[in-house]
Amino acid sequence: MFNSVLDAIVPMLCVTLAALAAMGAEAFRGRGERMPIGGLGIVGLLGAGISSALLWNRNASSFGVIVADNFGLFVTLVLVVVGILTILFSSQVVERDGLPAGEYYALVLFAIAGMMMMATASDLLVIFIALEVLSLAVYVLTGIRREDPRAIEAAFKYFLLGAFSSAFFLYGIAFTFGLTGTTHLDRIGSYLAAQSLSDNPLILVALGLLLVGFSFKISAVPFHMWTPDAYEGAPAIVTGFMSTGVKAAAFAAFARVFLSAFEPFSADWAPVVWWIAAATMILGTVVGVAQTNLKRMLAYSSIAHGGYLLVGLVAANQVGKAAILFYLLAYAVTNLSAFGVIALLGSRDKPNDELRDYAGLWQTRPALSALMTVCLLSLGGLPPTVGFIGKWYIFSAAVGAGYYGLAIIGVLTSVISVFFYLRVVVMMYMQDRGADAPVVQINAVSMAALTVAIVAIFYLGILPTRVLDLATQSISTIF
Amino acid sequence: MIPLSHYLIVSAALFAIGTAGVFLRRNLITILLSVEIMLNAVNLTFVAFGRSQGTVDGQIITFFVMTVAAAEAAVGLAIVIALFRHRESLNPDAFTSLKW
Amino acid sequence: MDGWLGVVIMIVLGVGFAAVMIGLSLLLGPKNPTPEKLAPYECGMPAVGDARERQSVKFYLVAMIFLLFDIEVAFLYPWALAIRDLGWPGFVQIVTFFLILLVGFIYVWRKGLLDWGSTARRPRRDVSSKAA
Repeated sequence: MFNSVLDAIVPMLCVTLAALAAMGAEAFRGRGERMPIGGLGIVGLLGAGISSALLWNRNASSFGVIVADNFGLFVTLVLVVVGILTILFSSQVVERDGLPAGEYYALVLFAIAGMMMMATASDLLVIFIALEVLSLAVYVLTGIRREDPRAIEAAFKYFLLGAFSSAFFLYGIAFTFGLTGTTHLDRIGSYLAAQSLSDNPLILVALGLLLVGFSFKISAVPFHMWTPDAYEGAPAIVTGFMSTGVKAAAFAAFARVFLSAFEPFSADWAPVVWWIAAATMILGTVVGVAQTNLKRMLAYSSIAHGGYLLVGLVAANQVGKAAILFYLLAYAVTNLSAFGVIALLGSRDKPNDELRDYAGLWQTRPALSALMTVCLLSLGGLPPTVGFIGKWYIFSAAVGAGYYGLAIIGVLTSVISVFFYLRVVVMMYMQDRGADAPVVQINAVSMAALTVAIVAIFYLGILPTRVLDLATQSISTIF
Repeated sequence: MIPLSHYLIVSAALFAIGTAGVFLRRNLITILLSVEIMLNAVNLTFVAFGRSQGTVDGQIITFFVMTVAAAEAAVGLAIVIALFRHRESLNPDAFTSLKW
Repeated sequence: MDGWLGVVIMIVLGVGFAAVMIGLSLLLGPKNPTPEKLAPYECGMPAVGDARERQSVKFYLVAMIFLLFDIEVAFLYPWALAIRDLGWPGFVQIVTFFLILLVGFIYVWRKGLLDWGSTARRPRRDVSSKAA
């Protein structure tokens, strides 16, 4: 492109400019006037996608703290997909719920810009700032329906635990800085590799605090308490956005910090992450079985999916690292579509997210229930969907690295999770539609977006090689 | 010259006080203040480490952390105000509409 | 430690004198309390209401906006000190930073948060519904 110092930040620059434009448009929007602010956001995201494609294989770097290596660019592209799908699904929700369009889209775009920054940052301080940029936007998005007490309560719980965990994360950065004299990941890595600090307890404190901070963000057990509340209270489409986008960004930074800078200490952190992964998979699945609210059930399912991703992190071989990236994409498309369906079925006064609201959906909305079925089966990991391929690679990575226990736990919890996904499918197809069942109108844009997402789920499930090659390529440059 | 460890002990104590405050206090504003105490404890750690290494990096980082803390406080206060409009209470035990 | 002896004596004397005086008045003075006497002193007027009155939410909003813009200005000081070393690139960066802040400011302004009083440019939805 232009080979300047700004190269690596062009993708997030596009998104930030779109967000600022959305904010300006909202400021000058007349009362009740309609503006294509969502379209503006899509233009910005497409710009980010195209510039990331152009930056591929170039290893651009800006200001020494942002590196657009293939790993970061892959996650950036996943985030572009997440952003575009979110905006397309939102078009109906924003209008139906009377949300302030400019504020909503600006916050989504700011959050995505923060996520992109987190995925490409190569400095702990920049990771922290990016984390805050995305978190602050998502806290507000959670409570954007101010007249709904549940949404505001969810926003506060999310905010409080998020701020609390950021403090832990920052304390971890402080100790790392104190020991190594730098916050730059490469220099931390070379310092730790050169010195023998294994007898220094402070490095373990730093590792532990960073681990706590990341675990909160990816909602790993035992730091998952906020997840079900925040996911249930937030508007469904926002839940879809934060369960995919935030997780993708946090995992990218997690992998970058622990697999590059703290690689010399993997003997210390790998056993801990082993236990966290196992507990996360088990708790997410077992508690998910007991839920009667679909949003809450999917919240626990997303906790469990975080556990599968952690398995890839523990395995940490070539297959495992590529599998993390592929799984992030698979999970993003699938989970976002599932929450998209929930969002489309809601109405302004009632979210319609209880399990019984789905009884007999087949009779009134056959296409939508078919789409939902595909999403749920993909989340459960059944072939020929993308969820199956993602899990296959994660577990084969675990077996390849000798973590048989984790692979067995993963397969068992996947089987149990299929039970509660199928329960929804059974509800939709086998039960009768109640007389008072809500009937909703769905606009064409959202339906088209859903269809595209389903095609992607099948395409990646049947012909995954191309994307897998890209994922393998992208890890070869950094780790 | 006060040794580095003294600063670290003070900041660890402050961090512990903030953590305890988040868990023990029964007023949302006080809980927010406790989180701020935690962040400022970390700031003290940064400055102390930076000074012991003879660089200004620690102080620069503190600048960024302060900015982030202010933004966080603004968002937190906004959410608390919205919450208060619904419940007319700042006691966290009053917020129980979401439970598993 | 020698130099501090005077301060210690001063503190002991001051605290001691106050304690003795209050103690004596408690012991010797007549006690005849009435509600008026126990009320907080307000220029001789009877006290009206609680001092911890609820304030308009506007104060909070303005305080929040102030908090944000105030702390961002803190970045100007280090830049001003290093202005000659940073040169034009530094200038461009700080201008970019403030342009972004300016968008936020325009947003706050157009949304009517800075209008003080009942003639807000655009009343917020929930406020008007609460008043109705």
